[in-house]
Formats: sequence, structure tokens, C-alpha cells
Amino acid sequence: MGFGPYLLLATLEGLVTAAVLSLMALGLSLVFGVMRVVNVAHGEFFMLGAVLAWYFSSLVAGDPALGFLLALALSPLVVALIAWVSDRLVLSRLKYEPEATIVATIGLLYIIQQLALTYYGADSRPVEAPFTWRIQLPWFGYSGYKLAVIGASILLVALTALLMMRSRIGLIMRATQYDSETAQAFGIPVRRVYSAVFALGAALAAIAAVLVVPIRQAHYLMGQEPLLLSFIVVIIGGLGSLRGTVVAAVLIGLSDGIISMFFSPTLAKMLATLLVALVLVFRPQGLFGTAAR
Amino acid sequence: MTSNGISTPFSRRSVLKGLGATTGLITAPGFTRFAQAQSSEPIRIGFQCHRTGIGASYGRWYERTTMAAAKLINEAGGINGRPLEIVIEDDGTDPARGAEVVEKFANQHKVDLVYGTLFSHVVVGSAPAAGELKMPYYVVSEGYHVASGKLNRYCLQPGITDVKAQVRSVAPWIADNLGKKVTLVYPDYAFGHDHRDFFEPAIQAQGGEVVAKVAIPPTETSFTRYLPQIPRNTDVIYHVMVGPAVLTFVKELGEFFGNSGPQLFGFIDSLEAVNINSPGLEFLDGSHFWEGMPRYAQPDQPDYVDFYRKTVGINDEGASVNDANDVSTNAHMFGCWETLFVIKRAMEAANYQGPQDRQKLIEATEAMEEMEAGREHPQGRKIFNGKIHQAFGEQSISKLEGGRLNVVHRTSVEDGLYEAEADYTTQSF
Repeated sequence: MGFGPYLLLATLEGLVTAAVLSLMALGLSLVFGVMRVVNVAHGEFFMLGAVLAWYFSSLVAGDPALGFLLALALSPLVVALIAWVSDRLVLSRLKYEPEATIVATIGLLYIIQQLALTYYGADSRPVEAPFTWRIQLPWFGYSGYKLAVIGASILLVALTALLMMRSRIGLIMRATQYDSETAQAFGIPVRRVYSAVFALGAALAAIAAVLVVPIRQAHYLMGQEPLLLSFIVVIIGGLGSLRGTVVAAVLIGLSDGIISMFFSPTLAKMLATLLVALVLVFRPQGLFGTAAR
Repeated sequence: MTSNGISTPFSRRSVLKGLGATTGLITAPGFTRFAQAQSSEPIRIGFQCHRTGIGASYGRWYERTTMAAAKLINEAGGINGRPLEIVIEDDGTDPARGAEVVEKFANQHKVDLVYGTLFSHVVVGSAPAAGELKMPYYVVSEGYHVASGKLNRYCLQPGITDVKAQVRSVAPWIADNLGKKVTLVYPDYAFGHDHRDFFEPAIQAQGGEVVAKVAIPPTETSFTRYLPQIPRNTDVIYHVMVGPAVLTFVKELGEFFGNSGPQLFGFIDSLEAVNINSPGLEFLDGSHFWEGMPRYAQPDQPDYVDFYRKTVGINDEGASVNDANDVSTNAHMFGCWETLFVIKRAMEAANYQGPQDRQKLIEATEAMEEMEAGREHPQGRKIFNGKIHQAFGEQSISKLEGGRLNVVHRTSVEDGLYEAEADYTTQSF
């Protein structure tokens, strides 16, 4: 295969990674931005989204699109509910102390992972894609569904941006982010906002997972790698910055696609981690983040 | 008790007399009750099982096969008149955990031997621990690591053929029927490296060549990015992938090539525990697979294969009789069954009584040569080479047609035989 088609395939693969990663990292970044909570269990919310997607889609016989749509509707809802309960039961009781919440979310990670292992099992299971168009290019065939994932992700990121920038809920969230004490003094129910943000962050991870599960299958250990990549993305982009997260996700996704295709996947991970180190040294607030006040 | 006895009411002489009398009584021919009580203790086999981690679907079926075989052995009177007890520990399909499990078996469970492991990195990670603890380690892997001589005298693989022999026996069929220019796609660790290292000389011997080798890291979950490495002049893609991502791999292969790609020859590892009729796999129709033991019941299969399948609990499609979606790892799991029967035979030959006889047990296994096909060896006839601790068996090549795998060729034991490169019997215990 010539260089051109090779690069095209690498770019397409990189964009799929970037699409999933931006949704996932957006959730992580939102939770950190508003609540100052480093959510180590974020990868497990992703995994839970995929596992539930398998469960919901297996309830519907017939056209695979029906099962997939059911999963897309219900899986993020259930994950959001679980996140909301976790926030009420655990994080709020720790008064969102940064060190305590890191340890608590690590605990949550193991609990969710083991529950998935117990009730879902150690198998990987496929979810049928809602459609199986195969696009035949002159050099190779490509999955139409993967292209749809890229489109869906762009749409969802835009919706989240609108929610944050244009809606009243977004305004409340931003107010809480800038100064939670003053927000509270103005009558904003900060604790409820925190629970809602934690649930929204988890739902974004779950949506990313539902989109990815027809490509990659559901497995109880699948949360680890996207968690690492999302941390890389939010550190490079700047914690709490929506624009930074998206730019960094595309950067990391594309470099992962292209470098791992022309060289090796390990090299792509090495360079991404090196980039994190460089960002931390020269621009600790991230490419688009604002310096801590 | 004795030291208390010496200090107060008894004289030294009376205690010595009493001790002497007791010893005499125990060793006297008439005193058999204690000896009997000891010998009816169960023989404990530590089963190092991939219950979790990437080997979990194999682990599940290895466990079912093992329990079925153990039950059968116990119903027939156990080993040397003693029942068999299987002690299971999960190694998480992780080499470090594997070594810990071997130690746990030795120090905590006090088992007679350790058995059952599949994934080559776990075998390689655990083997040194088995050697240090002088613990017989009967693996049901496929890697060449045992036969290579790189492990130690305590490691044996008597129930399943290794990759080097497998690829030697299927290479002539591939060259004659599918094509001579082969691209290998394999996982980038020990098991995959065995395919890489031994298939190339095997296909060259048939006048063929390996035109490209595509190594894929074992943690990879997406494969499209590797597929452009397959050269255009490839006649046959030889694929062998393992773990949770196998289905994704074959699906992406289908998306990439459609129906116009090269011929496919897969090691069934690429589809173990996966339903062949899963959505997205339609393009595999007409392709060929290696199988250690056929997944689908074959029209001409012997009675002992019927018996084996029924006892383990798989239906004619190779899925669990209780759940048609629970597809077995039938191409590998027979190795557990056969290994347990080899252990039984070796323990009987060595008159194994307890851990003090471990050396005799290994020597008895090394002395084995022929294993006849039958209930104890349902996969087929085997030859065991005691020098390299490795069994050689027959292999099946199956064609996927109409949603099922039909055996189209069966290789002989002799097709896979190779010269031993090591001799464990010269190592001291």
C-alpha cells in the first residue's frame, strides 16, 4: 500500500480514537474543573457503560439498531445514577478533600471492576453495530460505523459545549467552578451541583463506551487504557478547559493512530507520556488551562 | 508430652521403653490402621487456573474439563486407592501472580503437584518457582518453552502438543492447498514467537516463503492499523491471536479485505470460545482453521470422543449443553483431561505416596512413550519424549462452511515429530 492510503487509514483510525477519547476526557475534565476531584474510577464508568450496553442490547431481538439505541439511551442513565449515588455516599462525606477523593475513587475503581467480574464475568462480549456498512475505498475497506462514531462524537462535544456556555445549568456549573463559596452564598445548591456534575461526567464516559463497544467489545478490564489516555489528554489540554480537552484529544488520538501505524503503539504511548512531562514542566496549567488562583 | 513425662512422674528408662514399644507397634506388620488412614488421604493437585484476566474463557473450560476428569478418576477408585482433590487458585493470567500461586500451593495448600496452566507467559513466569520449590509442574500450554529445555526438570507437558510440532504438521497442507506466500499475524510474546520462529522453516521446507511477519502487542484492542503491513502478493494470511480481542481482530480483517483478500488459515486460538456465527464473521466462511480437537462433532468420530464430549458437557456445536452461547475452548481443553490421566498413570507406576516421591513421579512420567487413543486420550494417539518432557499428537485442519467447522484433514503424530534440542533427564533434581 502506498504512503497516501497508508496515511489516510492511520488518520481515520486516529480520528476514531480521538472521538472516543474526547468524550471520555471531557467527563474527567468536567469533574475536575467543577469539583476539583481527580476521578480515578472514570475508566470503570467507561467499562460499566460498555458492559451495560451489552446487557441492554441483548434484551432486544431482531434489528441490531433497536438494541443499540436502547443501550445508548439507558446505559449512560444507569451509569449516571451509579455515579450520583457514589457521590452522595462517598465523595460528599469526604467533603471532596483532594487526597481523600483520590483514594476513595481508587477504591471505587476496584469495587466496580470486581462487581463487573462477578455479575458480568471475565468474557469479552460483542455488541452488534446498529449498521454494518463497509465503505470500499480503492486501497482498502473501512467500517462505516467507525465514521459514524466520529460524527456522533463531534455532535455530542458540541452539545456539551452549548450546555456549558449557553444554558442556565452551565452557568450554575461555571459559577460553582469559579468560587463555590460565593456561589453558595448566592443560593446555588453546591452539593447538588457537584452530584449532578459527577453524574454527567460518568454519563459522558458511558456514552463513549456505548459508541466503542460495537468496535471493541465489552470486557471488565477495558477501563484501564482509556483512563490513562484521558489523564494524558486533560493534563495536556488543561484541567477544566473544554477547548483544551478537545484539542488535546485530537492531538493524542491522531498521533496514536499515525505513530502506532508507522512505528509502534508503544512508541505512541511513550511520546504521549513524554508530552505530558513537557507540558507539566513548561506549562503546568496545560495548553489551554488557566493558572490556579 | 514426652518432655513433661521425663521431668516428673516417669523415669528415663520407662519412657525409653515405652517409646521403643510404641515404635515397634507402629512398624510391626499387624499394625495397619494408621498406615491405611494415611493412604486414604486425598492426593491434592493444585490447579493454577486463569479464572480472571485475558485467559478467563480458557480458564473456565479448563476448570470444567478438569473437574469432569477428576470425578471420573474418583468414581473409578482414585489414584493408588486415594481420592483426587483439585485445589483451585486463580492466577489472573498474570506471570507474577502465577509464581505466587505456585508458592501458595506449596506452602499453604501443601499440594502434591501443580497443574493446568495455559498462557505461555504465566508458564514461563511460574516455572522458576516450581523448580526452586521442587514442585512438579504439569502444564497444559502449547508453547515450545517446555520442549526447548529452557525451563527445569520439574516442568512437564504430557497432554498437549507444542506449537513447533503443530506448525510443522500443518505447513505441508497449507503449501499444497492454499498457497506458498504466507504472511504471519501473531501476538508479540512467547506463544506468538513460537509460531514466528517455527512456521518459517516449516513452510520453506515445502518450497514456500513467509513474505511478512506482523507482530501485535498482546494488550492491543484494535488491529486495523496493522493490516496495511500485509503485502499485496500474499497468498495466505496465517493468523493466530489470543485473548479478549480475537473477535475484533477477525472482524477488522473482514472490513479491511472484504471478500477479495488472500486465503485465510487461522489457528483456532483466534476464535476460541467465540461463536463462529457471531455478526461480522460471515467473511470467514470458506476459510480454514487448525484445531487441536474439533469443536463440532464429526460424523465419523470414535465412541471415546462421544464419551469425552458428553462427560465434559458440550453439545454437537461445541457449546455448553446448558447454554448455547457458552462456546468451549475444545481445541485445547482436552489437554487437562489427558494430563490428569497421565498423572494418574505416572503416580501408579511410581507407587506415589506423598511429596517425598515427587522425584519418582517425574521419572515415571519421563519413562512414558506411547499413549493410545481412547477414553484417557480422546484427542488421539500420542508419543511422549521424556528427554524434553513433551507430547506429540495428531492435529485437525477444519474448513468453516455453512456455519460449522468440518475436519478436512488429519495430520499424523509423525508429521510433527522433531529432533529433541535438550535433555531434562540429565539435570539433577
